[in-house]
Formats: sequence, structure tokens, C-alpha cells
Amino acid sequence: MPVTNYKTNQEFFVDMQRCIGCKACEMACAECETNGHESMIHVNYIDRAVTIQTTVQVCMHCDDPACANVCPADAISKDEFGVVHTANTARCIGCSNCVMACPFGVPKKNEAYDLMMKCNMCYDRTSAGKKPMCATVCPTQALYYGTREEMAMMRPNSSPVNNFIFGNEKVSTKVNIMMPKGATELRVD
Amino acid sequence: MVFSLNKKALTNAIVVSLITIALVFYGSRKLQNFDPALIAYLFGTVFAFFGVVYRYSVWLQRPPTRMYFRRSLELIYNRKFFSHLVFFIKDFILNIGFQKFIYPRGRSRWIGHFLMAFGCTLAFAITFPLTFGWIHFTMNPATSIDPESIRLYEAHFFGFKIFEFELGSFIAFTVFHALNWSSWMVIIGVLIFMRRRLTQPGLIATQSFEGDLLPLVLLLAISITGLGLTYSYEFMKGFAYDFMAVTHAITVIMFLIWIPFGKFFHIIQRPAQLGAHIYKREGIKRGMAVCPHTGKEFATQMHIDDLKVVTKELGFDFTLEDGTSHLDLSPEGKRSRLAMAHLKARLENGGKLFG
Ligand code: SF4
Ligand code: SF4
Repeated sequence: MPVTNYKTNQEFFVDMQRCIGCKACEMACAECETNGHESMIHVNYIDRAVTIQTTVQVCMHCDDPACANVCPADAISKDEFGVVHTANTARCIGCSNCVMACPFGVPKKNEAYDLMMKCNMCYDRTSAGKKPMCATVCPTQALYYGTREEMAMMRPNSSPVNNFIFGNEKVSTKVNIMMPKGATELRVD
Repeated sequence: MVFSLNKKALTNAIVVSLITIALVFYGSRKLQNFDPALIAYLFGTVFAFFGVVYRYSVWLQRPPTRMYFRRSLELIYNRKFFSHLVFFIKDFILNIGFQKFIYPRGRSRWIGHFLMAFGCTLAFAITFPLTFGWIHFTMNPATSIDPESIRLYEAHFFGFKIFEFELGSFIAFTVFHALNWSSWMVIIGVLIFMRRRLTQPGLIATQSFEGDLLPLVLLLAISITGLGLTYSYEFMKGFAYDFMAVTHAITVIMFLIWIPFGKFFHIIQRPAQLGAHIYKREGIKRGMAVCPHTGKEFATQMHIDDLKVVTKELGFDFTLEDGTSHLDLSPEGKRSRLAMAHLKARLENGGKLFG
């Protein structure tokens, strides 16, 4: 990667209880130059039959990314800042292994391109010291990008958590999810 | 990273290199038709074969690749082989021959890539057999006696005469200039891609010099010096011929040696895409997986089952307490379950929204 201005003291914080489903982030995501103007972020109803609650999902940028591990084409790589990059367009063979193996349901397969695409934390922006598009437009700050100190001041009753339990597997990530104060992990199922 | 030799891959690579050398020996009729001027190219090519086979063999041993490879072999020995074969041939022409999947990504991108791919393939198809001494041209014996009367040239493959053509004819012009056509195609393709890489902010942010730009520079150098060889003797009385010849040789050999390591390895990896298509096709026939959260079909059951095995081999265990797997969920189901777990944690903590 070229020389960057990536700010290592800034982190991503997600709080899905704040998501109002406005999809401003979807529009903003499509402005990102690195995904060729395709929106990568997910906003979906959790269980439309019983609730109008939506959830928002960005790539969590796992420490040991399942997506990269299961990729038969070595198309996904993690850089020195811990950003897990979208599929290398020359290598990806569109097998969807990553789509099905990611525990957070993040990668998208673009059938026409025969290519997987996913969030790479707006690398064109973050590598220039700017915040990701989605985090700059989210009206409820369900998506927030900044320092831990800022977050602690803004949300005194929350703790950022980056350990997730999926059955027998513990996944640690670069991106944080805001949890009730004192929590250290989120058990999914 | 500690580099350790992979024995299986090494054996494969040595065997393929030896077979290539044997084929060069016999294909050139015990070196009779071998052109010693091309010896450096030959070494470069054999090394490239060695490296490609080595890397490919290592690659096939990785759990996800091995799984696909195993499934592909199963299909080859299956009675449904022919139905898949027809699909394979069609898919090969469309996706490898014409790189159909690039077109939706952008028209100029497709044109550029197609020109580079076609130019390179054409050049490989000509230069490999030439370097190996498998193809050579001679003058027709009668022509040698009286060059003015007949002027026929003969093309030989593996020492057997394939066809003959008249000097100065259209065929002769096309045959002798084929490499120039391929150079022009590559040059135009490279320029289209360079423009993209130098102007698009998303690419500028994520590309690397050695991974993305150097390959283009190298292709450009090869094509320009290649063209220079012809134009130097056709139009410039041999001006700078030696310089062109040496630079051309160096860049081509760099290209060959680099195939197994860098960007150009995607040429070798790409056909795996066809395998992935057939895998999906076969999977659909066997049945789809239904997401327990959304209740909708989302992938083939074979894919999900295989992924459970592959993730375990890679050290991930998504097995849940009830014996099912987190991987049984569709991507949307997984996202919803995460949000539900978040809600559950909140409810256990008094249920109020927290900030
Ligand atoms: S969240 Fe999914 S896509 Fe993102 S790094 Fe982790 S496994 Fe890969
Ligand atoms: S879809 Fe592409 S990036 Fe994802 S696992 Fe398959 S080859 Fe790798």
C-alpha cells in the first residue's frame, strides 16, 4: 500500500440500538471510491413480522478474518493497520466462501462482476486521515468514528466491546460494538 | 515468515520441468531445430514452469482450495461429467476467452483487459513453441534452388511440415507480424489500465507499485522493445537493434520469472473460477440450504457443509451448543442474530436503552 496518513488512535464504534433504518449510510457508502460506487453497508430489518427495528452492519475487520482464511484465491488481505481489504479484483474467483463464512454476514457477492465486494473502512478516506463516509452521515451516531476518549465522554453508560462468541468460536475485531457498561464480550449464540 | 520447502510441490515442479526439457529435446528433433539464440528465453520459460507448478501445488494444498479440487475430481469421475463438460466449454470461451465478467465492471476496463489478455495469449502461443524449437520455418527445397521462381516457405511443427505459404503473400505478412499485432494490443490495453490506475482515487488509495503498476510497466517495456525489433530493421536500417534485443530479452525473462510470484499468477489461477461455477451448478442440483432465521434459500447445502469442514480445518469452530452451526445462517440471518444478541444483553441489563 502507498504511504498513508491513517490515524491509529481513531476507531469505529457501532451501536445498533440507535439505528433508525434511515439508510443515509447506504447512500454515503456508495460515495466511497474504493468500492467503485457500490454500497457495501447492510441495513436490514431484524424480524419484520414482529418489530420495525433495523440493524446496521459494517465489516468488523477481524483480527483473524474468517473471510480471508476460507478464500481459495488468497484474494483478501489484512494490512498493517488491521484493515481487512475487499477482494483483489484480479484474484477473486467469486466462489462466495467468504460470504458464507463471515460470522457477521458482511461480504457481498456481485453476481454480474463475479466478484466479492465488502467494506474496507473507506480506505481512500481513512488512509488520508478522514472518517469513513457512513460514520460522517449517521444522524443517530449508531455509527461513530473517533477516539476512545471521545466515546467514553459521549456514552458514559456504555462500553465498547470487540470480542464476540459464536458457539465454540471467539472472534476479536478491530471495530467495536457498544454494549451496556462493564460488558466485555457479546455472546451471539 | 520462515520459508520451508513443500516436498510435494517440489516433486511436481521438478517432474514438470523435466518433462518440458524432454519435450524440447524431442520436439526440436534432438535440438536440430532449436534456435540457440533463444537459450536464455528457454531457461526463463522452464523456470517459470517450475515456479508456476510449485506455487500451484502449494496453493492446492490449502484447505479451501483442496476442497474445491477434491470436488472437481469427483465430478470428473462422475457420470454427469459430460453435462458439466458442455457447460465448461461454454463457460471457458465466455469467461476465460472473452472475460465476460469484466464487462459489467466497466466497458473500457473490459476492452483494456481483453486486449492485454488476447495479446499476451497470442504471444505465448507463438513464442513458447518457437523457443522450444517445436515450430520452425524453412524455405521450400525447390525455392532454395531457384528463389525467383517459386518463393515458398514451409512451417514445421515438431519437425513435421504443417503448411506452406508464398513469400510476400497475405498469410506470410500475418504470420511474420503476428507478434507485432499482439504488441499493439498489449500497448493499447496497458495504456487504458494505466490511465485508470493513475486517475481513479479508489485505485490510487489501495494499489501498490510492485503489485499493480510494475506489471503494466513491464508489459509496456516488452511490447515496445518487441515492436522496436521489427521496426528497427524494417524502417530504421537496424538502428538501436542490439539495445532493443537485449532490453527485450531482459524484460521478457523478468516477466517469465515473475509469473509465479506476482500479479501475473492470476492468469494461472483464473480458470478456478470455472470450477466454482460448476461447483455451484452441481450444488443447486443436490439441494439448497434454507436459513433458519429468514426461512429463505441462500446457498447450496453442499457449499455450507463443505465450509463447515474447511473452517474446522482452518481452526474455526462455529458449532453451537445445540449441535447446529452459526454457518447454517444466511448472511442476513447472521446480522439479525447479532442484533438480537445485542438486544438480549440489553434486556438482561434492565432493558433500558443505554448511552
Ligand atoms: S467481519 Fe467478516 S468480512 Fe469483515 S473481516 Fe471479519 S470475517 Fe472478514
Ligand atoms: S468470493 Fe472471492 S474473495 Fe470471497 S472467498 Fe471466493 S475467491 Fe475469495
